[in-house]
Amino acid sequence: MSELSCHGSAEPAITAASNPFRNGLWKQNPVFVMVLGMCPTLAITNSVRNAVSMGLATTFVMVCSYGLISSIRGLIPRQVRIATYIAILATAVTVVDYLVKAISIPIYVALGAYIPLIVSNCLTLERAEAYAGKQPIVKSMLDGLGMGFGFTIALTMLGAVREVLGAGTFLGVHLFGAHFEPWVLFLLPPGGFISLAMWLLFFAYWKERSEKRVAAREAAQSPELAAMMEAGS
Amino acid sequence: MNNESLSHIFVDAFLINNFVLCVFLGMCSFLGLSQKFATAWRMGVSVMFVITVSSVLSYAVNLLLVQLHAEYLRLIIYIIIIAATVQLTEMFIKKASPALFRELGVYLPLITTNCAVLAVPLFQTSRGYGFVQSTVFSIAASGGYCAALVLLSLVRERVALSDVPNLAKGTAMTLVLAAILSMAFMGFGGMGNGG
Repeated sequence: MSELSCHGSAEPAITAASNPFRNGLWKQNPVFVMVLGMCPTLAITNSVRNAVSMGLATTFVMVCSYGLISSIRGLIPRQVRIATYIAILATAVTVVDYLVKAISIPIYVALGAYIPLIVSNCLTLERAEAYAGKQPIVKSMLDGLGMGFGFTIALTMLGAVREVLGAGTFLGVHLFGAHFEPWVLFLLPPGGFISLAMWLLFFAYWKERSEKRVAAREAAQSPELAAMMEAGS
Repeated sequence: MNNESLSHIFVDAFLINNFVLCVFLGMCSFLGLSQKFATAWRMGVSVMFVITVSSVLSYAVNLLLVQLHAEYLRLIIYIIIIAATVQLTEMFIKKASPALFRELGVYLPLITTNCAVLAVPLFQTSRGYGFVQSTVFSIAASGGYCAALVLLSLVRERVALSDVPNLAKGTAMTLVLAAILSMAFMGFGGMGNGG
């Protein structure tokens, strides 16, 4: 798995007891925790509508292909597993490509090259390698669904920041009236990097604060233990 | 058929629409492999090689697909070509320079999942580039990727020596650096309108 995780960040081990659906939604959110699938995350999030459609397209690809991968996992020889996963993913992506074109031409134009690029999204391949290639069908599909929705949530959060600041709208509805001067930088490429960095900083701050609170509460409950720990450190 | 001049294609793909900083392709390796200059330029050069070879191959195969009226197979065929090219590069480097092979080791198979590699054949097909145009485009795009990777790695080597707040360590810091680089590349946007 480690050779495939594009970012090389250590991923906490998945416990068998944890629910694969909820796991992907937040605890191991693909964007904020695992930092995978960066290309669509940064490129497609200049409006909420695009972000949601991209997230749902990825979810569809993941659920379909993980079901298939998981059902034939016993037949795939180890040496060619990655090529097989890619071929299966590419098939699902081709389906999505035509599906989006059939549903809405404006969305198809806005997402452009990023729909075919779901194949080489590191997230889809990394989960196929780390989860679907080893687990039973239902669990793999649930994992795909959870990861996909987690991805959608993250994309929507980024898209919301960028659309509100960059265009003054949310889902196309104007929020601030006529005097608002749009902060166009947020719709341009640097805005993607900055808003993702800000979300990551916010979560790091949040985590640190809640850890401090837990530590303070424990210290209040048992002063002797806290004194011992302080002496130890 | 597309009639853009070769120099315009080159400048456009290399600077104005830099694959990494303006079109957001190959983000994972850009953020993950830019810690050290030594790894970054080696990765950049191997990606350049893979992109150029796979672009030429996909151009040829696309002609065949159009003849057979099987354009819907394009994506699947392209990704298989890329996987094969990566395998080929791996074998070539192993034979030519075992030392370099050991150093790159883990990173080589990663090239398959690099979206910049898949994007080049897709873009050249959708823009209708001819053979020479495709080749120039692939060299420029991959050169732009390599340049961005090397630039970020140089900045990160300096930042590693300085005092960064605990919260911002890791990905957040890299993203802010990338944002600044990306803003610098926005300046090249002005060159696009004249071409």
